[in-house]
Amino acid sequence: MRGLKQRGIELYRWFDRRIGLAGPITEAAEHPIPSSSASWWYVFGSAAVVILIMQIVTGILLALVYTPSASEAWNSLQFLNHNLALGWFLRALHGWGSDFMIAIVLIHMTQVFLFGAYKFPRELTWIVGVFLLLMTLGMAFTGQVLRFDQDAYWGLGIGASIAGRVPLIGAQLVHLMLGGPIIGGATLSRFFALHVFVIPGILLGCVALHVWMVLRLGINEWPMPGRLVRKSTYIQEYRNLTREDGVPYVPDGAWKDAVFAAAIILAIIGCAVFLGPVGPSGPPDPTIIQAAPKPDLVFLWLYALLAYLPPKLETPFLLIVPVLVIVGLLLLPLIAGEGEKHWSRRPVAVLMVMMIAVSLGALTRLATYTPWSPIMNAWSADPVPIKFLDGRTPLEQEGALVFQDKQCRNCHALNGVGGMRGPELDAVATRLTEDQLVRQVLQGGGNMPAYGSALSPPETTALVRFLETLNGSQTPARNPSRVLIRKPEAFSSHHNEPLNSANQ
Amino acid sequence: MNDPTQHSRRVFLMKLAILLNGIVGTVLAVPILGYLLGPVLKKDSSYNHWTSLGSVGQFPVGQTRLANYHNPASVAWDGQTDTIPCWVRCIATDKFQVFAINCAHLGCPVRWFPQSKLFMCPCHGGVYYQNGARAGGPPLRGLFEYSYKIAGGQLMIKAGELPTLSTHASLAEPGHSPCVG
Repeated sequence: MRGLKQRGIELYRWFDRRIGLAGPITEAAEHPIPSSSASWWYVFGSAAVVILIMQIVTGILLALVYTPSASEAWNSLQFLNHNLALGWFLRALHGWGSDFMIAIVLIHMTQVFLFGAYKFPRELTWIVGVFLLLMTLGMAFTGQVLRFDQDAYWGLGIGASIAGRVPLIGAQLVHLMLGGPIIGGATLSRFFALHVFVIPGILLGCVALHVWMVLRLGINEWPMPGRLVRKSTYIQEYRNLTREDGVPYVPDGAWKDAVFAAAIILAIIGCAVFLGPVGPSGPPDPTIIQAAPKPDLVFLWLYALLAYLPPKLETPFLLIVPVLVIVGLLLLPLIAGEGEKHWSRRPVAVLMVMMIAVSLGALTRLATYTPWSPIMNAWSADPVPIKFLDGRTPLEQEGALVFQDKQCRNCHALNGVGGMRGPELDAVATRLTEDQLVRQVLQGGGNMPAYGSALSPPETTALVRFLETLNGSQTPARNPSRVLIRKPEAFSSHHNEPLNSANQ
Repeated sequence: MNDPTQHSRRVFLMKLAILLNGIVGTVLAVPILGYLLGPVLKKDSSYNHWTSLGSVGQFPVGQTRLANYHNPASVAWDGQTDTIPCWVRCIATDKFQVFAINCAHLGCPVRWFPQSKLFMCPCHGGVYYQNGARAGGPPLRGLFEYSYKIAGGQLMIKAGELPTLSTHASLAEPGHSPCVG
């Protein structure tokens, strides 16, 4: 036994004499960190590295089977899901790993921002981190394309439509992105190259640089209100801190990193086992137009934003705001490289984080049920609530049929069921008079198309009669001038007049 | 130590070697860039070719129907992506409008509803009239329209490029909204 141990040590020495990395690695592992930094708040960066390693391993394992060809990719994913033992599990790990990666990277970034860790001398660490965030998002988008299904196909169309809005070189950008004039074989192949070679290559280089700088400059100390960063004194102050109140990174800080990383990987495994892999949805066949493409969770906020921006602002917003955000992030440590680190003395920073978090959260939540999208089958699938038909005249019931048949339901809900693109019409008669209803239906307005050419006069009459019954339990809106002009009996008999004679 | 004159010769040779590598690098970079930017350098018009949607008889007057065409520049590994749908509106015998399937907002597939004579987009709610003009929602313009011709009883369109706001060289914008009300 003793001899075996001796042999082991000799073998280790044999290697280390040739490699010579044991010394530097031990030194790096045991380097002193401020004791306050051995905190649970400092575990996110290392967790991101652990997830990255898992993504690389699962990615390589998926690449053993995945076929990066537009004609076969979808089939190979089906094969992974259904025919290959545990293929579904590897896909699920890689997919959920991607979601967790983005969440952890964003939490890491927020923590670094709120703790002022981007300030001197760690400006470049932050700047490299911004590129790491961009590449993580790039991996998410290209990964979504590799799941070459219906959503990926139309998602590429959305990407190309955004690229096509760039002035002057828009067409060239679209062709460069798609690898040709249209989405096809070349498109998937180049996204495969980006996802598997180009972005990971740059990403790993940047991760190495990022970690190297963290080791070289030391982890950020726990900020204290009133302890300001000054370029002239900070290095000496940090050195004193680690000398007087330092603990070795391994094991004092590292055990928390290790426990958190294990918990995160367990969480990913849990999601993979219980929720399974995402997709692929329908095959990437553009002739199946019954598609309502939606991006993955990470980009849902953008999908919502593109619904709510005023149309004329969309292009300037899409082209200018991302540039401003990225430039702002890159310049942040250069502009605010000194001063207060503690969040309690940086109200603008805290407000910014809250505002961005609330905005992204709200937009993502909205994009889960897309109230701006017409529901394409509501007109044929959603029943008219019985309370809107009960006791109605044949003409009014005919109007309910027109309402469904002309797809009004796709945008307008009744009793909470139907599209939410336009207002719910349960009590429309309390808001619009008969004349206003006729005008709105025939001429449209707001976001509503004009139905003048799609409705015959009898259809219009029936539809408006039906809409007039939708008054909740309140008095319907009336045009007082009509009541004044006509005698009461004339007004009540008006229900039998053809409507369009008065409105054409 | 080395003789300084020798040293200066080695410095000169090092500089020469760097220059040589610079030249070799450029010689290598030009074709690589040419390869990479191949899809960009091609003229836009060369992407579009006349392609058939089938016989004219398939499209009854007064109706709008879905038709498919094969991407004229397809490759064997395009799979299902090489068949692309479009909407054909037959206004009168020999008079057509052929619309791209892609919404002018962000390219999602629009669907035709003959009852309300509208195209609707499931993504952000773009709506178009039967002549392709914008009716509502976020699109800035009407549907993209292909040029068409009738040859040998076949309805032909000039297609091959994904229509976006900047790649619709052969695509016209339909007329403005019809007079209604």
